Amino acid sequence: MGSIQLKSVRKAFGGVSVINGVDLDIKNGEFAVFVGPSGCGKSTLLRLIAGLEDVTSGEVLIDGKAVTDVGPAQRGLAMVFQSYALYPHMSVRNNIAFALKMAGEKTDVIERKVAKAAATLNLTDYLDRKPRQLSGGQRQRVAIGRAIVREPKAFLFDEPLSNLDASLRVQMRVEIGELHNDLKTTMIYVTHDQVEAMTMADKIVVLDKGSVAQVGTPLELYNRPNGLFVAGFIGSPKMNFIKGPSSERRGAAILGIRPEHVAVSTTAGEWPATVRLAEHLGSDTFVHAEGDGIGPLTLRLEGEAPLKPDQRIFVTPREANIHKFDTNGRRID
Amino acid sequence: MATQQTSAAARVLVAPSVILLFLWMIVPLAMTLYFSSLRYSLLDAENIGFVGFQNYAAFLSDPDFLSALVNTLVLVGSVLVISVGGGILVALLMDQPVFGQNALRLMVIAPFFVMPTVSALVWKNLLMNPDSGLFAWIARSLGMEPVVWFTNHPMMSVVIVVSWEWLPFASLILLTALQSLDEEQKEAAQLDGAGALPYFFYIVLPHIARAITVVILIETIFLLSVFAEIYVTTGGGPGVATTNIPFLVYKEALLNFDVGAASAGGIVAVILANIVAIFLMRIVGRNLEG
Ligand SMILES: Nc1ncnc2c1ncn2[C@@H]1O[C@H](COP(=O)(O)OP(=O)(O)O)[C@@H](O)[C@H]1O
Ligand SMILES: [Mg+2]
Repeated sequence: MGSIQLKSVRKAFGGVSVINGVDLDIKNGEFAVFVGPSGCGKSTLLRLIAGLEDVTSGEVLIDGKAVTDVGPAQRGLAMVFQSYALYPHMSVRNNIAFALKMAGEKTDVIERKVAKAAATLNLTDYLDRKPRQLSGGQRQRVAIGRAIVREPKAFLFDEPLSNLDASLRVQMRVEIGELHNDLKTTMIYVTHDQVEAMTMADKIVVLDKGSVAQVGTPLELYNRPNGLFVAGFIGSPKMNFIKGPSSERRGAAILGIRPEHVAVSTTAGEWPATVRLAEHLGSDTFVHAEGDGIGPLTLRLEGEAPLKPDQRIFVTPREANIHKFDTNGRRID
Repeated sequence: MATQQTSAAARVLVAPSVILLFLWMIVPLAMTLYFSSLRYSLLDAENIGFVGFQNYAAFLSDPDFLSALVNTLVLVGSVLVISVGGGILVALLMDQPVFGQNALRLMVIAPFFVMPTVSALVWKNLLMNPDSGLFAWIARSLGMEPVVWFTNHPMMSVVIVVSWEWLPFASLILLTALQSLDEEQKEAAQLDGAGALPYFFYIVLPHIARAITVVILIETIFLLSVFAEIYVTTGGGPGVATTNIPFLVYKEALLNFDVGAASAGGIVAVILANIVAIFLMRIVGRNLEG
């Protein structure tokens, strides 16, 4: 069991409001990702759930029970910190065992649980090492191991992969996903990286300046962003926003079109443009162009597109994939 | 990495200071060694001559030597225990967010800036004086007999004075160490369910172990040569109750005017300090590794 609910949760630090009334419902077993730009309050929200900060007003409920007066250790949640926060003078074994020791478990029970967690995370050979003798990825696993042995109601991850290099990040992303499939425990995962959010989440919570901008599955957010903020944040490369005659003609203040949802021609089309730069990735070509009268455009073309800088092109959006927004930046259907 | 030319140049450039420091150390040491092998009493200055190890034999077989040795170790040991133990407590307190934190810190550190002679005088005349001291006044207002500190508990009194001087140093170093404890580690321990005591013993103490080692090593060096506090308060007495090795050397040199014996005592003190240092490095030095 591990459902988590937030009811109009607010948090202010010395008068500065950081979380402005968040309502949220995370079901048991769900993989929820909090995503948003740096400083939008993701960590603060996670720490409010963990009990490391007190809410200014509102309520946090775990399994339906308010936990406002429950200390962090008693909430039954485990957290994996961005810096891993391993105890540097303890061996890997003792790091993983620490919470169990503090809970007064018997030695043989502790040993069995530590061995099991170590086996799950491929740490068995490293149990007697100190954290500083491990690589970044291994430290990350120890931090996860420390969380697993507690058999928590939910795991809380605060940007756990941001200290790893790109390839290791992809690998750990997969491992955490597999871990979730195995354990089926609720996980809340904080990241500023929308790719991580899209690939891992059952449910994405997009945060903007301390408020929830939109909640939904990755594809819901991709296909039907409810406003300019989410539209611009989810998806890579970013969605193009276009003002002017072509959006007015479609009855919108601003028109959004993803780089992958356009047709490019060298002869005719809706928006004439000049190629600035073409990035050839092999599988795709990202084209940065300057549209006449509508500003910069990013285009994503499949395969090798034979485009060169300063070449004239014509861009036509696919009508079905156009997002329309009103003057307040809200979605129009 | 330095090339051969630059390292040669570096050697030439540091040479003057190295040579100066070397002479600064080696000349007094050599002279002390030389004097320690002479019969050289200022009361009988005509009659100077080589006596080999006689001064050492005399100094080491002096019954006062053994008690001075014990006194030295008791003084160093007690002050270390009090200042490190107390320093940890004070540092933990100072690490809490309280009103007027900075002013408080300054006040705690203040005793360290008071000269040993002055602080000993303050303790002797204003606090521990059995007639006019603060402690005596408190005792009398509670209807108790005032304690005659320096007569009845001489070693304890000296230990108190010296501990008072060194507590701030220990507190300050340990506070710095405490403050460098990673915030996320504190929170991880909190989530792991570590209460105050396990948190202290499993997380805080290992974290500040290195700083404790540094405090112990530095304090030991200075505590082995405590002199002013004893000179000002008890004068090494009653009897030899508070005579430590430095004070014994002083007595030989300036009360008995025996330069030879005092030099021998000085050399013995140097050797002793080295023995203590080796022991300390053995016991606590491994904390400094890695
Ligand atoms: N302990 C604190 N005291 C004051 N302000 C804080 C504190 N913690 C966070 N903040 C502020 O709250 C905002 C959100 O911080 P945070 O939740 O860490 O953002 P994120 O994790 O999304 O990058 C930031 O503006 C930050 O400066
Ligand atoms: Mg953060």
